[in-house]
Amino acid sequence: MSINNPLTKNIEEGRAPFTFKEYKAAGGYQSFTNAVKMSPRDVMGQVKDSGLGGRGGAGFNTGLKWSFSPDPDGLPRYLVINADEMEPGTFKDRLLMESDPHLLIEGMITASYAIQASTGYIFLRGEYTVAEENLLKAIAEAYDNGMLGKNIQGSDYSLDIYLHTSAGRYICGEETALINALEGKRANPRFKPPFPQVSGLWGRPTLVNNVETICNIPGILTHGVEWFKGLGLGDECGTRISGVSGRVKNPGCWEMPVGTTFRTLLEDYAGGMQDGYEMKAFLPGGGSTDFLTSDHLDLPMIPGDVAKAGSRLGTSLIMILDDKTCPIGTVRNLIKFFAHESCGWCTPCRDGLPWVEHILNKMEEGEGEEKDIGVLKEMCGYMGPGNTFCALAPGAAEPLQSSLKYFMDEYESHIKHGCNYK
Amino acid sequence: MASITIDGKVFEVDAKNNLLQECLSHAMDLPYFCWHPSMGSVGSCRQCAVIEYANEDDEKGRLVMACMTEPREGARYSIEAASTFRAQAIESIMINHPHDCPVCEEGGECHLQDMTVMSGHTYRRYDGKKKTHHNQYLGPFINHEMNRCITCYRCVRYYKDYAGGTDFGPQASHDNTYFGRWQEGSLESEFSGNLVEVCPTGVFTDKPFSKHYSRKWDLQSSPSVCTGCSVGCNTNPGERYGSLRRIVNRFNDEVNGYFLCDKGRFGAEYVNSSERIPVSMIRNSHDADPVQIEADIAKEALSKAAKGSIGIGSPRASMEANFALRDLVGEENFYAGIAENELGMLDKIIDIYQNKPVNIANIKDIENSDAVLILGEDLTNTAARLALGVRQSVKNLGRQMGADLNFPIWHDAAIRQLAMDKLSPLYILSPHTTRLDDVSHTTHISSAANSARIGMAIANAIDSSAPAVKGLTKDEKALVAEIAETLKSAKQALIISGTSSREPALLEAASNIATALQDGDNKANLALVSAESNSMGLALMMQGNNKALEQAISAVKKSAIVLENDLYRRASSSDVDAFINGLDQLVVLDHLKNRTGEQANLVIAAATFAESSGTFVNYEGRAQHYYSTFKPDSAIRSSALWLSDKPFNEITAACADAIANCDGITDLTPGENYNFAGLKVPRQHHRYSGRTSMRANINVHEPKQEQDEDGVMVYSMEGVPAIKDASVLNSPWAPGWNSNQSIFKFQENAGGALKQGSNGQRLLLNTCTKKTWYEAAGSNDAKEGFEVFPLYHLFGSEELSAYTPAIQEKATSAYISLNPEDAEKLGLQASDGVQVEHNGAVPFIVREATQVGTVGISVGLKGLNFQDISSAVALDKADNWKNSETWLAANIIASDKREVNIEGVD
Repeated sequence: MSINNPLTKNIEEGRAPFTFKEYKAAGGYQSFTNAVKMSPRDVMGQVKDSGLGGRGGAGFNTGLKWSFSPDPDGLPRYLVINADEMEPGTFKDRLLMESDPHLLIEGMITASYAIQASTGYIFLRGEYTVAEENLLKAIAEAYDNGMLGKNIQGSDYSLDIYLHTSAGRYICGEETALINALEGKRANPRFKPPFPQVSGLWGRPTLVNNVETICNIPGILTHGVEWFKGLGLGDECGTRISGVSGRVKNPGCWEMPVGTTFRTLLEDYAGGMQDGYEMKAFLPGGGSTDFLTSDHLDLPMIPGDVAKAGSRLGTSLIMILDDKTCPIGTVRNLIKFFAHESCGWCTPCRDGLPWVEHILNKMEEGEGEEKDIGVLKEMCGYMGPGNTFCALAPGAAEPLQSSLKYFMDEYESHIKHGCNYK
Repeated sequence: MASITIDGKVFEVDAKNNLLQECLSHAMDLPYFCWHPSMGSVGSCRQCAVIEYANEDDEKGRLVMACMTEPREGARYSIEAASTFRAQAIESIMINHPHDCPVCEEGGECHLQDMTVMSGHTYRRYDGKKKTHHNQYLGPFINHEMNRCITCYRCVRYYKDYAGGTDFGPQASHDNTYFGRWQEGSLESEFSGNLVEVCPTGVFTDKPFSKHYSRKWDLQSSPSVCTGCSVGCNTNPGERYGSLRRIVNRFNDEVNGYFLCDKGRFGAEYVNSSERIPVSMIRNSHDADPVQIEADIAKEALSKAAKGSIGIGSPRASMEANFALRDLVGEENFYAGIAENELGMLDKIIDIYQNKPVNIANIKDIENSDAVLILGEDLTNTAARLALGVRQSVKNLGRQMGADLNFPIWHDAAIRQLAMDKLSPLYILSPHTTRLDDVSHTTHISSAANSARIGMAIANAIDSSAPAVKGLTKDEKALVAEIAETLKSAKQALIISGTSSREPALLEAASNIATALQDGDNKANLALVSAESNSMGLALMMQGNNKALEQAISAVKKSAIVLENDLYRRASSSDVDAFINGLDQLVVLDHLKNRTGEQANLVIAAATFAESSGTFVNYEGRAQHYYSTFKPDSAIRSSALWLSDKPFNEITAACADAIANCDGITDLTPGENYNFAGLKVPRQHHRYSGRTSMRANINVHEPKQEQDEDGVMVYSMEGVPAIKDASVLNSPWAPGWNSNQSIFKFQENAGGALKQGSNGQRLLLNTCTKKTWYEAAGSNDAKEGFEVFPLYHLFGSEELSAYTPAIQEKATSAYISLNPEDAEKLGLQASDGVQVEHNGAVPFIVREATQVGTVGISVGLKGLNFQDISSAVALDKADNWKNSETWLAANIIASDKREVNIEGVD
């Protein structure tokens, strides 16, 4: 058996997602049957050995993250799925949840067994109404077929899953803010330590994982670690969903081996740039990553390699900045979004981002001044990693700081002549 | 302890504290906003950033927030290296601040001003528009000016997380975050005034103060003690041009820490009341109009009247005033001026504190207790500051859970998120629901007498040598077993009771429980609350004799001198009327007009706490000295000096000599000979303005600074203030620290005990280790009519603060509370009134949690005299009743407030 697209194998455009029966017939829910024969720690060990990295943006080894949770003490503990996909330019989890909801449910059951969670929550972006509908149906079917509830498949293990739709804040994608929101509190992030693995939802051990991360679990526990490792290119393990938005011929997202280059994604999958447009730069993985340029297209989409080039892989859904779109305006739009989505908890983010937005508005209106460049540069450092309470502002500063690196001439021309893209 | 290096200097620090706290303790100026010693750290404002270095070779280091950093042994930090970041942080914090310091009431004592200067932000680069907000009406106590907000979250952390308020919080987000109520309206928390001090800038300011505002540096102030209840919170009153302008908290870690209740903060303006007695008056007969007399004539008249007179003392007058009266009329003619029942209960408290194996609990003991039982005391309404302490005690389970996971004690948010709603046990036995019910494990509704029986049974369940109780119901027995088990397994249990129930058996039950819990040196905490600022002092002065008001009334004398006491609040109207009618001469010394004073032949204008010095003894038996804040008009004198010709210090000394257990009251001040390099302690700030001009319209010559009665402080800006080693801490100030945050400069460690000033003296020392018991009383016989229990009001029940306009807005007129079944039996509709036997007609409220056959009757509120009501009372529907405008059910402080069933309210 050699499945090479475990995330999207059940997905077909135009067809409704698999029902429980169809999903099971296609080999689904096998991972739990396999996992429950092992000890939870062994399942955790397999996931760790598979080399699966978090697909939410940080890329941390999933099994290792799980292993930080303390041993079960008989009291509740939780798995929370971060399905609040609000990163600008990112739409991979939406595909998975709308088109194959049972894959996520199966992944959750198996992952929950590994960490011995008593309850699973899906924290879903409020606008994803189709995903909500399909997931609710899948959860109901799983209950009806004994895959959820008491003593799943006759085992000692029991699990309940709840779907929670978000009231809609970008910050809810930050795992501790998500936990606060799930508890009905303001979506402000929490200070770490303590990490959620120790004191998370309702003060209990909690693991928060991205949708795509968990969708990888069924494959690993069904087909084994070696199979998973073999899916990637070179030393890389598994597949991931990458995609493109912007003025390309065929925008979208596709499953591909980890280690695929940006060029392959752009040219082979997305069909290259639309006629009459040239690529000026791209954001490799969402609005909160640094711009890269055409010089970087041959990089493999691997966190380490992208970091060396001065950016982050993030969600690996790239956004193309073409030569007919104002880069300052692009950054302004992003900053406006992030300034509005700041939760208001810590100072650099709450009060720094609106200042940047104000300066970029001036630039776009032709009112920019030479001294503003200095302030922008300073703000990038001020809102940088470690200076703020969570990663929102440092992420927001990334497109800004890289635009100052690559498009300084544009800034200068904006100051002198205003925006000439209008 | 850990040894760390900060900017090249080695410091020994307490690793249990966060780095910010340790930097402050070691006299370093590190700016901060969101951290507060009582509320811990959350790391939101980013102002206390420092650089932490990983090892000796690390040159770059990483930025950390000092408030969120545990000092590591051997670690290296730099404050200097993060100064650029801190300047950036303050610059962005100030983007939307209106810079309205000249018209802002916080100006001159603003933490934001201090931190802005300290962080080095001097030039505004941001050239955009500022965000603006709408302000809300938040009631009679607090002004709201949201535009000044710097979003440090201190207000909500105080109001919700610390004080348990539910009607205030953060709204919206990003740089539009808003702190307020869901809609305009009076803040519900009875501790809302602390927002004024907790807010680092001028978002929340003192509304009564703003009506006659003065800058901090223009206020004359002194160390003082609140007159609102028996807790004796330490205060700093501020005066300008002869009127009391405001009260702020004075830190005392053993009594009130950083916080006051709203009665204490806003209830002292009776000093400026139009009801004040401005000058002494005399008349020859009851019907004649009083004639104003000069002070010297008044003094002479008073001495003449003293011959053959009895003296009636007061629980709201100082030790010195009471003693001076006792001295003047002779010990045999001195009576306590409170009812026999209350005096007996106070004597019992003194006996328990001295002769039972218990630990008398101060506020720190209360906050540190991990299981609490409250017996029949409506703590929020009778001793509010202690209720705030109990609210902290229930958090100890969460702190313990955090400690088990090695969370630092200051990591406030993490502890709250871990603990969720898990609270240390609090049990309340009360005839009605109380404000603390939201954090109580169980509030058991039962009469005071029955609660005493349950309490006795709890003691017996803990230690079987305590007397047993018969006849408890099955439910009561289960409750007894549960509470006994909880208290026994606690590390530090606390029992609270008091005199407000008028049921002595409750004190005995509390004593038995605390005694039962004693195990060798391990003693249970016990707090027995009394009624007024000097109730305990008065009881000490009576030395166990039973010369209460009843005895004074039956003493059959022709002349009486009443000290700061409205007798109609102490005994039934008919008894007091008969007493006064039988007198040839009645002399009253008081500050405010009242029913007793109106009938006097000689009224002496007595100074309030703000214009006189003296000693109060609080519920713990702690003697505390208050210094006069300002010199009153020459017609007004302190009662002690009216009644005695001795210098003030000699009165104190004589009192200490004559009265058992009172030796400590002479040690409360550094003594009248105190000086530092020949100088005394100034009441006025070194920036006090107008010294040479404020009296210039009267006389261009500056008058000689008048000496006060203590001989320690002067009514002047000249002298040696606390910052330069004076041993009296007036108002805190330090260079660069103009706000109340400067208090840490006077603490041994930031947030800890004071280096200067007095915490007071505990007069009653408990060395008892021997268990002795009070006997359990039998069950009460059923009486005719409704069994009465008192309902106290934080705002309105206390005599003096009720004269204050802001307090009146939060009070209501008298009412009664009934069970719905009884209301139906009486045929009452929601808008009806109830005629109370031997008393007036009042509105009523219906509360589910009132036992059938019992009635709660408000105490001290206008419209009913609780003293005229017997322990069982007949009730009838009132004829032609119409609710008055002063009936404000929404102002009742109880947990079931929203369930209070009264038409036309809310």
